[in-house]
Amino acid sequence: MTSNPAGAVPVLELRDIRKEFGSVVALRSGTLSVHGGSIHALVGENGAGKSTLVKIVAGLYQRDGGEFRLDGEDVDFTSTAESKAAGVAVIYQEPTLFPDLSVTENVFMGRQPVNRFGRIDRSAMRAELERLFQRLAVRIDPDRPAEGLSIADQQVIEIAKAVSLDAKLLIMDEPTAALSGVEVDRLFAIARSLRDEGRALVFISHRFDEVFALCDTVTVMRDGAYIATSPIHETSVDAIVRQMVGREVTDLFPKLDARIGPPLLEVEGLTSAGIFHDIDLTVRSGEIVGLAGLVGAGRSEVARAIFGVDGYDSGSVRVTGTSLPKRKPAEAMERGVALVPEDRRRQGLVLESSVARNLTVAIRERLAKAGIITGRSENAAARLWASRLEVKTNALSSLAGTLSGGNQQKVVLGKWLATEPKVLIIDEPTRGIDVGTKAEVHRLLSELAGRGMGILMISSELPEVLGMADRVLVMREGRITAELDRADATSENVMFAATHATGAQS
Amino acid sequence: MTATTTDTATVRTYRDFDRPLWQRILLTREMAIIALLVIVTIVASLTVRGFGQPITLTFLLLDVMPILLIALPMTLVIITGEIDLSVASMAGLASVLTGVLTQAGLPFEVAAIVAILVGAIGGAVNGFLVPVVGLPSLAVTIGPLALSRGLAVGLLGTTAVTDFPEFWTDLAKARVGNTNIPVVLFLFLVLLVVFTVLLHFTPFGRGIYSIGLSSEAARFSGVRVERTKFILFVLTGTVSALAGIYYTLRYGSARGDNATGLELQVIAAVLLGGVSIFGGRGAIHGVIAGVLLIGVLASALRLANVTSDVINIITGVLLVLSVVASSFLAWLRKRRRSPGRTPRVEASTAG
Amino acid sequence: MTAPTIERSDVTKRLRAVSAVREFGILLALLLVILAATIANPNFLFSADGWRDLLLTPSILVLLAVGQAIVIITRNVDLSVGSVLGLSAYLTGRLFIDLQGIPTLAVFLIVIVFGAVLGLVNGALVAFAKVPSLVITLGTLYAYRGINVLWAGGDRVNASDLPRDFLALGTGQVLFIPILTIIALVVLIVAGWVMKNSRAGREFYAIGSDPDAAELYGLRVTRRLLVAFVLSGALAGLAGVLYAARYGTVSSQAGSGWELDAVGAAVIGGVAIFGGSGTVWGAAIGAGLLLTINRALPILGIPDFWQRAVVGALIIGAIVLDRVLALRQRRKLLEAREDES
Repeated sequence: MTSNPAGAVPVLELRDIRKEFGSVVALRSGTLSVHGGSIHALVGENGAGKSTLVKIVAGLYQRDGGEFRLDGEDVDFTSTAESKAAGVAVIYQEPTLFPDLSVTENVFMGRQPVNRFGRIDRSAMRAELERLFQRLAVRIDPDRPAEGLSIADQQVIEIAKAVSLDAKLLIMDEPTAALSGVEVDRLFAIARSLRDEGRALVFISHRFDEVFALCDTVTVMRDGAYIATSPIHETSVDAIVRQMVGREVTDLFPKLDARIGPPLLEVEGLTSAGIFHDIDLTVRSGEIVGLAGLVGAGRSEVARAIFGVDGYDSGSVRVTGTSLPKRKPAEAMERGVALVPEDRRRQGLVLESSVARNLTVAIRERLAKAGIITGRSENAAARLWASRLEVKTNALSSLAGTLSGGNQQKVVLGKWLATEPKVLIIDEPTRGIDVGTKAEVHRLLSELAGRGMGILMISSELPEVLGMADRVLVMREGRITAELDRADATSENVMFAATHATGAQS
Repeated sequence: MTATTTDTATVRTYRDFDRPLWQRILLTREMAIIALLVIVTIVASLTVRGFGQPITLTFLLLDVMPILLIALPMTLVIITGEIDLSVASMAGLASVLTGVLTQAGLPFEVAAIVAILVGAIGGAVNGFLVPVVGLPSLAVTIGPLALSRGLAVGLLGTTAVTDFPEFWTDLAKARVGNTNIPVVLFLFLVLLVVFTVLLHFTPFGRGIYSIGLSSEAARFSGVRVERTKFILFVLTGTVSALAGIYYTLRYGSARGDNATGLELQVIAAVLLGGVSIFGGRGAIHGVIAGVLLIGVLASALRLANVTSDVINIITGVLLVLSVVASSFLAWLRKRRRSPGRTPRVEASTAG
Repeated sequence: MTAPTIERSDVTKRLRAVSAVREFGILLALLLVILAATIANPNFLFSADGWRDLLLTPSILVLLAVGQAIVIITRNVDLSVGSVLGLSAYLTGRLFIDLQGIPTLAVFLIVIVFGAVLGLVNGALVAFAKVPSLVITLGTLYAYRGINVLWAGGDRVNASDLPRDFLALGTGQVLFIPILTIIALVVLIVAGWVMKNSRAGREFYAIGSDPDAAELYGLRVTRRLLVAFVLSGALAGLAGVLYAARYGTVSSQAGSGWELDAVGAAVIGGVAIFGGSGTVWGAAIGAGLLLTINRALPILGIPDFWQRAVVGALIIGAIVLDRVLALRQRRKLLEAREDES
């Protein structure tokens, strides 16, 4: 535990940073002060403004107000190049590598060692990379293209990039989301050694055990505003959660018991090379099956393959006993399968289309009379589903992108419920939506199961999985590693199955 | 964000639209282009000698007919976010094929049907390469552009076929009774109705818009993205061939370089008419106004004795301006509001 | 942990082999075409004229193909090169006619800068307006050509208008190698070196590989795109001067349709149409293949009107081939990941 030398100038100082996107205020008063030799945790719910704050530091966004200092000097970055030159390195949630270029080039792009003729010194670059990889204990072929690397390996390369940059401030935005236990340990060792060199680190994570294991200070944000900063040993998980949520956390809405009926969705031996393997699962009428695991474990990919958006190499999918063709989402829909996808803004909705169009896109064939569809029939159907789900919108013609996250999710749900599905696959049902809507969604899912729908729920939020699912399947690196009944499922054994290989360690 | 969990049992009512009717009709990109068309027409009538005569309208319509025809399917293709550069080459190939086959002794009608079939097949090749193989159409249709034109030039070299049945060549220029309305206008009107209904009033058309706005979201909603694009490319090929045959009859000659450069005028007209190059936005009436605007400009300039090269410059500049203007407007709006990174919010009809 | 003297994995070795084979294959095709034409008519290779034409004919297109390859590697395209070449060639003629006694070197410089400015217009429209380059350069393709026609009218530059020593450049040789070929080779070597060994060159690849990542990474994307288009324009300008020197007559249609040959050369030479991979060397070989086929066709008994059809077929074939290879590569990499874990 390193303590911050009193009076020292913080490496990064943000005060009352404000950022608006049109009428939406993403950040009301972002405040953060990080010292050299410290690992500083930044926590908050989705939508609390952490990522916006990071993007301002990275030079990706320009602030609308507030103070921003590096080493005590006012700065004003207008591009990522400027922030990088000032010694700021950011590791984003999604690694950003150049797929066609080699691992080595990816690490050194834009600042390769050159001789006096401007020629890139490849052997120096290679030697430097080997030193770097040795230090980080990484074994990745430096000459292979970045294309096809696992997320964990990509993340490691991002870290190598940041380390080689000799950054004085390193910001990591949920770097561990896709990592396994060993990989997290390796990352932490690197982070600590960087801290001991006197650098400042900002660590954003949703996992409190990691925050407490790694960080010395924690700053909490809520609704785009700074809430509190405290040394880690003076706070607790409960206190942080209270600050994050703004009130005591009540229990999630539990799933009500429903009569479990015949199997609706049966998946056998589903395999897609390099992505997932031998997936067997069954969802029965009235049942909610939880699919847990780390981000990148292949859960969403399985959902997409079942629905037919992606293909697969072998295995079979059956719905109410008859098999479903590969790569045919329209067919799957006709047979009563619905998929509420993971990425609401890119996959679930057409953001620049109206609420009405979004609500009716999946049933447009059904709405057409003699092949002709009119705005009137669309609006009638949209009105029905908007009111059933209590969507809050200005008008049916408002663009879906203007709604809040929770209302957007309701539109996606309404769009799929309109198709009257037998099987509902729902990927991260409550990601990035407010607490009230969250409860509504949970109640709705329980109600739907009660009416005999079979639900496959993918979720990274353990309380949600444990509270809602009748059965929990856990995936790790593309395989199902555990199947737990509601009674047996605890956060410990789900996390264990999600992070530890069964059998031989690779 | 406040959490209202309970007590919203009251049934919500929803307005259909958030803007009044007159705004929805008048404040659109399409209306802007229609207004511009009206202004240019009035100015041309007043300043260019002879432009006001009814016969001008006849020739104007005859001249822009190939563009009008091809612009219909091209609008749908561009709304899905794709583009077809090979239309002019395909029109040229259809022209040459009709000529060569007629010369070889086939009845003109049979030759024309074969040419249209070849157009459909050419469109199918594009439709296969672009969506099914998964290649960007911007790049892919350069191949068919070169191939179709190459075949056309290869088949006829620098010679021309001019021997066509008089019935057909007359029909291509004929007018209805004593009016100044060309007969071919009816062919166009039929296709206009077909494509307008297809785009604006069918589930298929709804799919086209969602593909253009977000092809991923469309796929996740069960829209058959590949099939839709395939059909549109086949339609484009077919209509291009039809336009090529019309072109042949109108000028009474099949040549390897027929309709060269027509793709520029078609694309310029479509984009000018308010269709977004990124897809998802645009409407047929705007495109018609765009084509007519280019036609009126060309016709007025020709009457004012300006060479056709100037018209090419103007078309090229209009094309560049219409895309740059859209980006510029989007950029302005983004500076004013726009949440996050949605750079293409523009006020054109989204369906 | 074990000592990380990291071995090149099998997949990496294979990938290198595939990309080498891709360019070698085009070279092989070029040699086969030369062989076939030479068998049909030995003069194709074994005569002073045959040898000279073999080297001379592709030289100008090589310049365009190199510029085009750089632009395509950044995931853009420049369709205006044919028009830029035409305008530049006409400007060359006008300079010699209107400014009697102007030094040849000055003409070279003025026209190259002129081409660069035309390229800058393209680049600025693409980089700042963020509009697909294909649409922009399709527009400038016609606009530049229109300006050319407007300027030249029915006139054209004739060989008699040009100084003799300038025309000598177009046909002259040094040690059996045409001067134009030497110029093209120098440009090719420099461009090849820059693309492979300089930061700027590698950044072109990075931008084409993933433009969004390049922006996030902090590369100066706008500036690089401008540079790519300026290079393409400047090379088209240089090609314009050489065109005037080689052919002597310049009409307002000079270079019309060459943009397709340039794009075709790059794509056939293994420059992926969606950016990020390929080399200027491949593009140059592609240019050689295209024009050699063009010359070989009549010898092999096929009217040269079919040349454009051959170009079209080759472009489609190359794009499909590259796509198939790319998909296979992705698959192999995924499978390799499987084996490692």
